[in-house]
Amino acid sequence: MNSRLLSIIRKEFIQIFRDTRTLVLILVIPIMQLFLLGYSATNDVRNVPLAVLDRSRSVESRALLDSYRAADYFRIAYAVDSETEIETLIMSGEARAAVIIPPDYAQRLADGNAQIAFILDGSDPTSASTALSAAQLIGQAHSTGILMQRFERSGMNLRVQPPVEVRTTVWFNPDLISAHFMIPGVIGMILYAIAAILTATSVVRERERGTIEQLIVTPIRPWELIVGKLMPYVLLGFFNTIEVLAVGHWWFGVPIRGDLGLIILLSGVFMVTGLGIGLLASTIANTQQEAMLTVWMTLLPSIFLSGFFFPLEAMPKILQWISYLMPLRYYLVIIRSLLLKGVGLDMIQLDVLAMTLFAVGIMTLAALRFRKRLD
Amino acid sequence: MHAVNDVSLNIRAGEIYGLVGADGAGKTTTIRLLVGALKADAGDVKICGYDINKQTEQARSQFGYLSQRFSLYEDLTVLENIRFFAEVRGLKANEWLPRCMEILEFVGLEKFTDRKAGQLSGGMKQKLGLASALVTKPRVLLLDEPTTGVDPVTRQDFWQLVIKLVSSPLHLSPNLGNLGGRWRGGEGGVAVLISTPYMDEASRCHRVGFMKDGKLIAEDTPSNLRARLNRRILELRGSPLHLLRHVAHQDEDVEDVQAFGDRLHIRVGEGKAQGVLSRLKSKIRSAGGQVDELRPVPPVLEDVFIALSESK
Repeated sequence: MNSRLLSIIRKEFIQIFRDTRTLVLILVIPIMQLFLLGYSATNDVRNVPLAVLDRSRSVESRALLDSYRAADYFRIAYAVDSETEIETLIMSGEARAAVIIPPDYAQRLADGNAQIAFILDGSDPTSASTALSAAQLIGQAHSTGILMQRFERSGMNLRVQPPVEVRTTVWFNPDLISAHFMIPGVIGMILYAIAAILTATSVVRERERGTIEQLIVTPIRPWELIVGKLMPYVLLGFFNTIEVLAVGHWWFGVPIRGDLGLIILLSGVFMVTGLGIGLLASTIANTQQEAMLTVWMTLLPSIFLSGFFFPLEAMPKILQWISYLMPLRYYLVIIRSLLLKGVGLDMIQLDVLAMTLFAVGIMTLAALRFRKRLD
Repeated sequence: MHAVNDVSLNIRAGEIYGLVGADGAGKTTTIRLLVGALKADAGDVKICGYDINKQTEQARSQFGYLSQRFSLYEDLTVLENIRFFAEVRGLKANEWLPRCMEILEFVGLEKFTDRKAGQLSGGMKQKLGLASALVTKPRVLLLDEPTTGVDPVTRQDFWQLVIKLVSSPLHLSPNLGNLGGRWRGGEGGVAVLISTPYMDEASRCHRVGFMKDGKLIAEDTPSNLRARLNRRILELRGSPLHLLRHVAHQDEDVEDVQAFGDRLHIRVGEGKAQGVLSRLKSKIRSAGGQVDELRPVPPVLEDVFIALSESK
């Protein structure tokens, strides 16, 4: 290999390993992000604190509450004596839901049309809608159970079935664990952010300190300078990919169903986008802070308009169109498909093509601008 | 607008050429044009016969360059810094270590190889910068204000190195002398171009070029330059200084008055020295001032510099 190139790479690595800030960024931040998003960015609704106002205090009402207790969606946190108490608990956020069982519940149940009231705190629509359907499902299951018992007791020995039964099967992520959806996204975000930020700051640092002035008058060719500066971050990017993938797999149980080689290869292609953005930012920014800020400005729309957190299908049309300009969008489809669905290249070829075009385009633009800035 | 216009420089091997001029006169721009960090609209730069814009790589391997801000990697050690610049400028794996040690010894940093550049004193940083520029034993050395903002002792040290470099190029040990074969000390040594705002440094150069408004307005040896003002500088001592200055300015043959510590340097027109000498004393006395001494003195480079800066 070219010895000038090797010297630049070696120098860059020495600098990376001597700079605590960079090391933290490379080693700690990805894992921190992973744990943060793996645990916090979840739509899984569990243990919603429930306040119970049981005015019936009957065997029947206790049976109903047992049904709610049995499903781990709710946790009976408070047993109260008045509706005012419910209001206070929900207002203060101590309870997110409340169930009110009227005094005549047992009587009316026997008559065949008992009612209970279920109150939900809708200020967080995401968890409320999950809790809402859980509350309805548990209630329906409970009443189906009661019906069955009645049929049995009345001596009608036929097997009773509801007329339509929906048999659901969830593919790829049967337990609908949010982390399995989030973690592939985290890989994409980290690859992009780390590659872009490190590249931008390392180039701008040379300009800030004036070392670039010495470099450009050496026989180093511009492409050697670009490749030599980027190569260490490519290697670190692969390290981060594998690091996050390993923790995601063994700690969060994210499956790796697709071909590992393909995953790493396509992650490498996506990383080129991040490196390109970093290099581009370095041609715009004059200080390391400016470089960092420039990268962040591209990172934010990337995250929100790529389907990282929110489904693209739910967005207004215009935002959906804009999302096509976000390289992260394609990578997220690719990495999620590869990890969770285990598809081959043929199923994701359009996304791979689009992502590659972006990578090549952005890198070319960045390299041209970088050269121009050198002259 | 051109920052630099029509500048023609010719620097010979074994020569220290000083580029002087006020801030913004175009010294740095000129040097950056020479090293190819900037491209000129017209004209060409040849280093040892190689065109900087067409044979960039060959040309660049002929010179060492130290830019105005010492640009070293502060997080790398002395040896790592010089090794990096040695390698990117083409020294092979088996060459760089003996060469780096030789150069570090030359500048006196051989005991600090493992110290981080960021922890060096200003003078040591500057020597490391010089060492990095010298590591390929270039035939041309371009130094852009290397001593600006440096204390006098360090400046002195630095100049000793530059002079040593030109007079006895790197006193090579024979077994290292032919490595790379680029160093041709015997043929007159290194050509050094140094830009400086200090006149005492300019007077140490073999030739000096004065720049003003992007143009080279005078170029000669320091003694020839000084000779331009022969018999045109008078030194005046007395008190009060402001009165002396005022009276001197009034005289129609006086072109300029500059304070040099407790004395004034008065520049007079061509052939006007006698006239001024004969009448200035009495003028000052009648204005109430006291004259301790008024005599013609040999001009210093500073006088020349001021005269040139004021010329149209």
